[in-house]
Amino acid sequence: MTTNGPGAGPMHKTVEAGVTLAIALFGVIVIIGSVKAGINWGAEGPRAGFFPFYVGITIVLASAINLRNALREHDRGLFAEWGQLRQVMSVVVPTAIYVGAMPFTGLYLASMIFIAWFMRWLGKYNWLTVAAIAIGMPVVTYFIFERWFLVPLPKGPVEEWLGL
Amino acid sequence: MEELANLFHGFAVALQPFNIMVMILGIVLGVVIGVLPGLGGANGVAILLPLTFSMSPTSAIIMLSCIYWGALFGGAITSILFNIPGEPWSVATTFDGYPMAQQGKAGEALTAAFTSSFVGALFAVIMITLVAPLVASFALQFGPAEKFAVYFLAFCSFVGLSKEPPFKTIAAMMIGFALAAVGLDSITGQLRLTFGVTELLNGFDFLIAVIGLFGIGEILLTMEEGLAFRGGNAKINLRVVLQTWKELPAYWMTSLRSCLIGCWMGITPAGATPASFMSYGIAKRVAKRGNNFGKGEIEGVVAPETAAHAAGTAALLPMLSLGVPGSPTAAVLLGGLLIWGLQPGPMLFVEQKEFVWGLIASMYLGNLVGLIVVLTCVPIFAAILRVPFSIIAPLILVLCAIGAYSVHSSTFDVVLMLVFGVLGYLLKKCNYPLAPLVLAIVLGDKAEEAFRQSLLGSQGSLGVFFSNALVSSIMILGLIALFWTAIQEGYTRLRTRLA
Amino acid sequence: MYRSILSIAFSAAAALGASSIAASAAWEPVRPVEFIVPAGTGGGADQMARTIQGIVTKHNLMKQPLVVINKSGGAGGEGFLDVKASQNNPHKIIITLSNLFTTPLATGIPFNWKDLTPVAMLALDEFVLWVNAEKPYKNVKDYVDALKQASPGSMKMGGTGSKQEDQIITVGIEKASGAKFTYIPYKGGGEVAVQLVGNHVDSTVNNPIEAIAQWRGGKLRPLCVFDGKPMAYDEPIADGKAWKDIPTCKSQGLDMEYLMLRGIFMAPKATKDQVAYYIDLFNKVRATPDWQEFMKSGAFNTTFMTGDDYAKWVETEEKRHQVLMKEAGFLAPSN
Repeated sequence: MTTNGPGAGPMHKTVEAGVTLAIALFGVIVIIGSVKAGINWGAEGPRAGFFPFYVGITIVLASAINLRNALREHDRGLFAEWGQLRQVMSVVVPTAIYVGAMPFTGLYLASMIFIAWFMRWLGKYNWLTVAAIAIGMPVVTYFIFERWFLVPLPKGPVEEWLGL
Repeated sequence: MEELANLFHGFAVALQPFNIMVMILGIVLGVVIGVLPGLGGANGVAILLPLTFSMSPTSAIIMLSCIYWGALFGGAITSILFNIPGEPWSVATTFDGYPMAQQGKAGEALTAAFTSSFVGALFAVIMITLVAPLVASFALQFGPAEKFAVYFLAFCSFVGLSKEPPFKTIAAMMIGFALAAVGLDSITGQLRLTFGVTELLNGFDFLIAVIGLFGIGEILLTMEEGLAFRGGNAKINLRVVLQTWKELPAYWMTSLRSCLIGCWMGITPAGATPASFMSYGIAKRVAKRGNNFGKGEIEGVVAPETAAHAAGTAALLPMLSLGVPGSPTAAVLLGGLLIWGLQPGPMLFVEQKEFVWGLIASMYLGNLVGLIVVLTCVPIFAAILRVPFSIIAPLILVLCAIGAYSVHSSTFDVVLMLVFGVLGYLLKKCNYPLAPLVLAIVLGDKAEEAFRQSLLGSQGSLGVFFSNALVSSIMILGLIALFWTAIQEGYTRLRTRLA
Repeated sequence: MYRSILSIAFSAAAALGASSIAASAAWEPVRPVEFIVPAGTGGGADQMARTIQGIVTKHNLMKQPLVVINKSGGAGGEGFLDVKASQNNPHKIIITLSNLFTTPLATGIPFNWKDLTPVAMLALDEFVLWVNAEKPYKNVKDYVDALKQASPGSMKMGGTGSKQEDQIITVGIEKASGAKFTYIPYKGGGEVAVQLVGNHVDSTVNNPIEAIAQWRGGKLRPLCVFDGKPMAYDEPIADGKAWKDIPTCKSQGLDMEYLMLRGIFMAPKATKDQVAYYIDLFNKVRATPDWQEFMKSGAFNTTFMTGDDYAKWVETEEKRHQVLMKEAGFLAPSN
């Protein structure tokens, strides 16, 4: 983004090339899947894979052009500084753990820990505030979703034990 | 004027104290449903449907339609404040609504959105009151070819708008089409692009993609820039409502155009989503400050909101008079009507006068009540942005996770949401436009379906898209919209060369 | 939290006790029961499930709430796989339609009805052959003659979904009459009926509830019903005609019968007590006037079956679907 910052970081060009390649790869997967589903024009009009096939081809072609444009650019700017990326990862990693733990711990317990971690670690709030919000929000959620709207959310052993 | 007499009778029914209470309850529940991502209008109405079985049909439908209005109003709130559209038709509202909130104009954006919704809905209700039977027969003209033409027009009036490199726009849109194609192909009844993964049977739901791309992606961008919402200085008093109202009449042309687009889309019934995108696209081309769209232009909030709500309201007309729902929520309401023993269709307006006119009267009153309720809450909503980021961010993340889960009751979707979040962050940083991607996810499979239904009917002949006056004129409109930028550019280039 | 710690502990202990002693005491749900609908919101199965939910709530038939959840992905495959994966979970039931057979056969997903525990057949849904009322076809013979005269494929049949019940019936009509349709799949039954009103298709095989409004409005005309005997409802609907007056297709020379299952299944490995609880529940639901009203409004065939009769019925139907779909070329490539 900005070049005048003090820190170092990955080049914008490199990241953009990576993203473009990933999109192209996605295009290839789409093409393979379409071929499996049948891409020709059957007796009843186009078959299931007809449209996705051309969509996949277009993705690959557009990515090729985007890649060429990205590599040609003389922009020596940074994608982001390492410090900024660390900030981003400090959300992505815990969220990934949160999401990954949800099927086992249930939503409520995972949410409590996640909110508490976030507030304590990044916000440096005192434990009382942290506890009030981290426990209060899932409890309110429980009543709104499970009791009023009757939408069951994932539950784990704790909820089972409480008989909820 | 027998209709007017009926309408006044309807007002008398809707104004019974019990019904007014039901109305307010419905609006409040609806706003809550609209704000919580994942619940949404259709789910919310479906969930609350059984609760209304013990009421009279008229009270029940008043309550459910008020939930519907409330959800429509509520959907705009998260779009503007957090860039998280809860419903497909709120996506276009984020384009200018969220930048406005970032500039500290959340109150203005919310007021504009709510007021426009009201205007759109009111326009549609007046239309329903006056020309219901006429309009119903228009809806019958729409077969698959006409429907495809409408989707085509929606895409055309929207693409070519973004300032990003054209091949990135194409790549983004195609990613959307590919994601929309995953799952069951509705024409052949065959699975495609699932690679044997059972979680992919449902394909990629719009809501999960949008919560990730827009909502989580935005939180990641905010993290990168240091921990603060930029909208902290939002004005939080009711005066902002009056100030915004002074500005709004200047956009009467946009409002009127959006109302007409919305009514048309609602009746056909293509629905509110194409209406909002189409209306935004056209407003951007036609408006004086069109180049400023996407940077926080109030007109960019007015256009999609007006159209979406005109469409959402008008969608109830084909439901009542033909029994064909114009939106997912209307489909659930339709189920409700059948359960109460009311048969929507040509005879409903003749046999169930009290019910029909009570409902129409409640549309007037429900929208008015809804507007008052949400407008008085504008300062409260705007104040949410003052909550420190490190408190609000984990709460938003948890609500996003709940929203993603409740779409299909699947934890796999929550994982997908996070993947879309990281993707949204990367794509946005690399200058890929997200709007065409989302538009393609929402409308891609519907457009493909209509296209192939048309070809089945015409036995493979593409001529079906120009086979009658109606479908040809929509297709031509679409082509004009598609090449509008090129036409304009060519014109300016010609002028500068001559000068 | 309304309950004290003590009572929570007590109920948890009671729940544990209930599952360990199981066989002797009658079983009852201890948590909210999830009612899976393998179809979208607003469709026929969804309407029925939500009606049941409403009846259960209104008449207080269960101590725990009944929660309707739509899992429509992959023509319902999502819902079936979800219940299949919920072994030993007695708090999950599913309402089925014909996609119980057609979805696994057409898509090849790893599922068979034997993966579930059959509970009860609630009703059977009828199919009626409809044409636009403006068309000159007054009876099946008129229509079949017109079909035979038209060039093959130029007559359009609209229906819900692809390779599902509507298309199976269409293939049946083709076989019985020797004509050839172009089948156009749509998302929902209401939309199909309106496409017929707008003359975008030539005929449909809508369920009664999907087309009744258009019949009453004088827009559609029923020709015959795909059942062994005429429907039971004799209340006049339109032109002094009742559901009962619609002749069977077989009697009109169109030899095709088809009824769609509206039945309940449970997760695998349910105990006898658990099944008995739900059978009892649905018997109570069936006894309410609301249910009877609902049956009448959709002109349902109210056959009720449980236990072995039900399982046998489902098995016969499955074999029949296998044959029908194989003949029509609807089986997934892997099968």
